Amino acid sequence: MMDGTAGRTPEAYTHAAQFEELADALLRAEASVDRTSLYLRAEASDFLRFNHAALRQATTVQQAYATIAVERGLRRAESTLTLSGEPGIDARRLQEERTLLVGQLDLIPDDPWLLRPDAATRSHRDERGTLPAAEGVIAQVHELAGGEPKPDFVGFYAGGPVIHAFADSLGSRHWHRVESFHFDWCLYHRADKAVKTAYAGRHWDKTAFAAKLEDAKRQVPLLQREARTLSPGKYRVALSVSAMVDLLALLSWGGFSLKARRTGVSSLMRLERGDAHFDPRFTLEEALGSGTAPAFTATGFLRPERVALVQDGKMPATGGTLNSPRSAAEYHVQHNGAGEEEFPDSLHLAGGNIAHGALLETLDTGLYVSNLWYLNYSDRQAGRMTGMTRFACFWVEHGRLIAPIHVMRFDDEALRMFGAGLVGLTDSPEFRPNSDTYGSRQLASITTPAAIIDGFQLTL
Amino acid sequence: MFETLESNARRVAERLPASTTHWAVRGVREFSEQLCVRQSVAEAPRRAHDEGVMVTVVDGGMGYAACSDTSDAGLAATFERARALARAGAGRCVIDYERVTRPAVSGTYTSNVERPAARSTLPERLAWLQEVCAATGTDPRIVDRRATLRNVSTHQLYFTSDGARTEQQWEFMTPSLEVTAHANGVTQVRSSAGQYNGFCQQGGVEVLDRAGFRDTEGPRVAREALELVGAPVCPSQRLDLLLMPDQMMLQIHESIGHPLELDRILGDERNFAGTSFVTLDMFGNYQYGSELLNVSYDPSRPHEFASFAFDDDGAPAQRALLIERGLLKRPLGGLLSQARARARGFDVGGVATTRSAGWNRAPIDRMSNLNVEAGNSSLDQMVTSMDLGIVMQTNCSWSIDDSRNKFQFGCEYARMVRRGRLAEVVRNPNYRGISATFWRSLAMVGDAATAQVMGTPYCGKGEPAQVIRVGHASPACMFSSVDVFGGAL
Repeated sequence: MMDGTAGRTPEAYTHAAQFEELADALLRAEASVDRTSLYLRAEASDFLRFNHAALRQATTVQQAYATIAVERGLRRAESTLTLSGEPGIDARRLQEERTLLVGQLDLIPDDPWLLRPDAATRSHRDERGTLPAAEGVIAQVHELAGGEPKPDFVGFYAGGPVIHAFADSLGSRHWHRVESFHFDWCLYHRADKAVKTAYAGRHWDKTAFAAKLEDAKRQVPLLQREARTLSPGKYRVALSVSAMVDLLALLSWGGFSLKARRTGVSSLMRLERGDAHFDPRFTLEEALGSGTAPAFTATGFLRPERVALVQDGKMPATGGTLNSPRSAAEYHVQHNGAGEEEFPDSLHLAGGNIAHGALLETLDTGLYVSNLWYLNYSDRQAGRMTGMTRFACFWVEHGRLIAPIHVMRFDDEALRMFGAGLVGLTDSPEFRPNSDTYGSRQLASITTPAAIIDGFQLTL
Repeated sequence: MFETLESNARRVAERLPASTTHWAVRGVREFSEQLCVRQSVAEAPRRAHDEGVMVTVVDGGMGYAACSDTSDAGLAATFERARALARAGAGRCVIDYERVTRPAVSGTYTSNVERPAARSTLPERLAWLQEVCAATGTDPRIVDRRATLRNVSTHQLYFTSDGARTEQQWEFMTPSLEVTAHANGVTQVRSSAGQYNGFCQQGGVEVLDRAGFRDTEGPRVAREALELVGAPVCPSQRLDLLLMPDQMMLQIHESIGHPLELDRILGDERNFAGTSFVTLDMFGNYQYGSELLNVSYDPSRPHEFASFAFDDDGAPAQRALLIERGLLKRPLGGLLSQARARARGFDVGGVATTRSAGWNRAPIDRMSNLNVEAGNSSLDQMVTSMDLGIVMQTNCSWSIDDSRNKFQFGCEYARMVRRGRLAEVVRNPNYRGISATFWRSLAMVGDAATAQVMGTPYCGKGEPAQVIRVGHASPACMFSSVDVFGGAL
């Protein structure tokens, strides 16, 4: 073993006291600016990737990024620094950067759409978990997936605390810490045919992991049946919760943004203009109160627990948009705590009346879509989407899985699929955390039921 | 950080146990500035200073640990964590990492910069964006205009227990302009080189000149946005298709670059980014495209976005043809992936292209600069050759299956070709095809005069996910009889 002495690494900023120490050192009221703010994003993450039931890469990342911003009148400048974990050093570097930013305020023009919170606010959410050591996950995968007959297991584990925190010189203090893990994997039959499973939460349970893995193993033989090739055309489909997550995530890309609506580039312009609407059973909201995303923004605005986005298939009276403070100032409306990208972070689609477990029976004959892949708009203003089927999609007859299918492309309109095409939604919406790890682990989520749709257009 | 990193790390590494067969340290320091002017309003300037270190230790297995604390204590903890992960993987890894040969070469790389961004002032840079916005004109049908400028300076130091030491410094510049026009119920977005920053190169302020950013782009983008809102929808039929370089880069990226990534072929990405229709037995005998298709990995091309001298495993980078006269020759795979392929009985070769998105991500096989070599046809010859065809520019929609075969791409702007002449503009142009057959329909390849050096800062892949810079240089290319279709409105 090495004899190095553990220092105060960036992991220190996964604890509120260290953030408070840094904030107190930096955020004194000063006459030269109206506000100084500090926004922290930190994580201490284990990342494990497996291929063919063997370890491909094992990585631990400790990172902490602080964005310091100064505002004076209608001017703002900001800078993001990596933190070392030593508060004295970090405070000095941030203070030097703050001085530079104050100087920049003299060099930039007024920004008429700059808003800042009216009053100091506070919040504190700290959700602790029982997470496994990375070494333990490696051992468990070796034990449960590495034995003979060895399944073709390919997967990715990410776990550890994720922190968002905010403080400013007006007195605001917000702390949001979530400890969680997300492990998803595929058991491949061959080529592109696989069963995809996820195990996510805050408390790791080896028994639960083993049970999910065993359940997935039992499904693989279904993929051994000869795959069918479907012809392009319209199909009755059952969309799994995973497939619904992908469709709703694409709809979130500009669909609910106030700026996108006002500039005419939203994928829901036809809904906005009243040219089309969803089925009355389609009710969608941004529901931060039931998600894991923080209830404050990077600039210190509070976010409401709920924002109605689609009410009974139509645009709600409140507009159904996510309004960032900047867009709110530009378009002279109230903001509703949206981040600058105006994406939902905790999208929630209301359940319907198809009984949980009766999805295939209700489908009767058609296509079961387990997973979709690489969605994009083929005509954004029309809300027309394209993408591919993936993994374990099956042809179904009389409520029974008959044969896997070769991957197919779909191209269809959101307002048609969840409008005239909607047959029904299952009665138990499921919470699915966002597993993205670009730059950092995410705290967003989508909660949705599964769905059955008529006339789903396959094209290639 | 770099002043003390190497001495600190080597001192700490001396304390590793004898069972450690290899270690490497990669320090990355990056400064960036993001400026945006929208509707003539300058948004708050954003600076970022990112620095940290990734430590690799091979001891039984291989472990990575990343941290932004480069003090002695921080480095010691990081080495220790990497070693613990290496030990946990011993005997449980996809390959015996202790038997992989690693290069022990040293050298440097520096981007060719004529006019560093740092020599201009913040007010000057904001004024450029104001000028570009203003150059889009005052037509009331233009409802939104947005100009951005991102410049990045990256410094990377890599050294290993085997004696390798590489130091590389890059300067990246990415200008972008996007205009939205609306008339008669139609809204269209037109951009200077793609809404995801197609005109990005290494260099300083001279990149803006090469892009025509401050000279021609404002009026051109605005004019074309206005043409589009008055244009009919693209027809749906089979047409000869001429792709300009700012769409060719996407076509190359999705249906040549990703399928040729060796780690994808080896199955690493099957849980996320996908697999590949290309298999190890295809190299050396598979006809990927027509005989006009020549594709190079070229990390030495001046100005191109992903030029470098060494990859992030320290392997020296040299230009190589991946596809020659349509024949598939070698994959995009670094030394580790090549060793894994050999262990399966396939000596398929590869190139130095193992790269990471930053200090906090472990390196994997990436695209880097992936280019289609210029041919012999002029733009005029290609247009003249088409009896009924379409010219498409600038990607705005992309989707492809997880084997990188069935694709559907959309463009911002297109013009019909009728009887060998450019005809009307059409809006919402899309086309679809299958990679395995599409490249065999390559009928004409443009000459050097039709070529542009482009790229994207946003190539996504990996678990944990990594967004990385890639370059794509390409001439215009013509494909016969492609399934073309328009939008819904």
